[in-house]
Amino acid sequence: MADLRVKIGNLELKNPVMTASGTFGYGPEYADFVELSEIGGIIVKGTTLHPRQGNDYPRMAETASGMLNCVGLQNKGVDYFCEHIYPEIKDIDTNMIVNVSGSSPEDYAECAARIDALDKIPAIELNISCPNVKDGGMAFGVTCEGAASVVRAVRKSYHKTLIVKLSPNVTDITEIARAVEAEGADSVSLINTLMGMAIDIEKRKPMLSINTGGLSGPAVKPVALRMVWQVAKAVGIPVVGLGGICNANDAIEFMLAGASAIEIGTANFLDPQVTVKVKNGINEWLDKHGCKSVTEIIGQLEA
Amino acid sequence: MKKYVLDLIVSSVDHINDKYVLIKLTHAEKLPEMAPGQFVEIRIDGSATTFLRRPISINFVDYQANELWLLVAAIGDGTRALAQLKAGDKLNCMFPLGNTFTIPENKDAKVLLVGGGVGVAPLLYFGKVLKDNGMTPVFLLGARSAKDLLLLDEYRKYGEVCITTEDGSEGEKGFVTNHSVLQRVRFDQISTCGPKPMMVAVAKYAHSEGICCEASLENKMACGVGACLCCVEGTKSGNLCVCKDGPVFNVNDLSWQI
Repeated sequence: MADLRVKIGNLELKNPVMTASGTFGYGPEYADFVELSEIGGIIVKGTTLHPRQGNDYPRMAETASGMLNCVGLQNKGVDYFCEHIYPEIKDIDTNMIVNVSGSSPEDYAECAARIDALDKIPAIELNISCPNVKDGGMAFGVTCEGAASVVRAVRKSYHKTLIVKLSPNVTDITEIARAVEAEGADSVSLINTLMGMAIDIEKRKPMLSINTGGLSGPAVKPVALRMVWQVAKAVGIPVVGLGGICNANDAIEFMLAGASAIEIGTANFLDPQVTVKVKNGINEWLDKHGCKSVTEIIGQLEA
Repeated sequence: MKKYVLDLIVSSVDHINDKYVLIKLTHAEKLPEMAPGQFVEIRIDGSATTFLRRPISINFVDYQANELWLLVAAIGDGTRALAQLKAGDKLNCMFPLGNTFTIPENKDAKVLLVGGGVGVAPLLYFGKVLKDNGMTPVFLLGARSAKDLLLLDEYRKYGEVCITTEDGSEGEKGFVTNHSVLQRVRFDQISTCGPKPMMVAVAKYAHSEGICCEASLENKMACGVGACLCCVEGTKSGNLCVCKDGPVFNVNDLSWQI
């Protein structure tokens, strides 16, 4: 049994496997299928200062080895989260991390401040990369100035571990990563979904209500892996890798490329037990390769 | 109700005709408790184009034979793959998912179950459960033509079966809302599943008659457990997940124009 513990800034994870925001609900949705305490961290559904209805149906289109979604950050707002959801999840024995989104730096900062007050939430993941909302989301994540402005505002009101989730829909993701690192982010996670489209040829209409959506699943994995590798070389803070991870081999690829931890997203829909299987698979691989700790493989790509 | 992910074993595959297939699944251990209206998310292996699980409603549960029945219309890549299954094959299933049809508290309640096309599927198990609870439901089943009417002998075990076909090849010609049983019997509850235009027509009829009506929806979904919020339906209390808050909704709670 290898030591699976990793660190993201000051945050210690019992193992490097987390769930990606928007794919695991708040955790209890999957409690019948997996022992939640065996997961390194659960990143819950994107939360905003004010409630959001999200986009109209249809919000999802299946694609080859992946899917598009345009959910659009449907959530009941941070106050509802604090009053009603937090009490239900605070005793789950793993790192419960809240994904935070907003439409202005002030919104992000206020939302983060409310979550800062919750004892059992040790970290937030700042979503500056949602491709499915007009007012904000990815708008901040595609320029260094926009990304920096959000992180700067949040860093003033949020004092625990701050992970910033980056958009792949940019020319050079390493520039954005460096910009948020300079503003005090403790970690970057990448990639959010790639903007895409699907068309119903009989109706001659887009398959999604807002025409475009974010692509996820194994179809994006090579792109995600390349970006994680580039960013890990460009920044000094820990990188959390995600994008199409479906099994332990995928997770190990990301860690060799430089990820200190990984998130599993769309694969939860295919196998609700995938998180624990990946964790166990990483352990087996480490044992087989004589590694005492998972930290021995982070960034150890020979390239 | 506890949810499971299990490899079930195909015990038989009955090709009813070129479009519909009845798949019976079993398990080495006793099948878990399932309620009428709930569904199964099925993994389709070995195809990049059927990436996501396929939600299929529970057609029937035979606890004595330890069998779960799925009535499938082979219309897309995923359902066509299901139609290729053979006895002995394994099928990875997440179930039972979603909420359930309403069983009236009053044993004298007259319940009408209106199904269209393959939407008739969940009404069989519901009819059986109603009968177990001392009620005799009426099934009103609509189809394009006689060949799209499925498992009628099964439905007849649990209640009267009324039929409409669009081409008049069996039962009364027309749509379900034209059937004479609606003039003949005063129903206390209508539960419906099928194409949306049919369910909206049924909901309008029920609304105009002041009859309680619930509909089972089939929005495109991914997770099946209320995690991804892809399959939402607009309701009077906002967007709700068909997979978790449904699939069965009281039509008065939906944003439908009825």
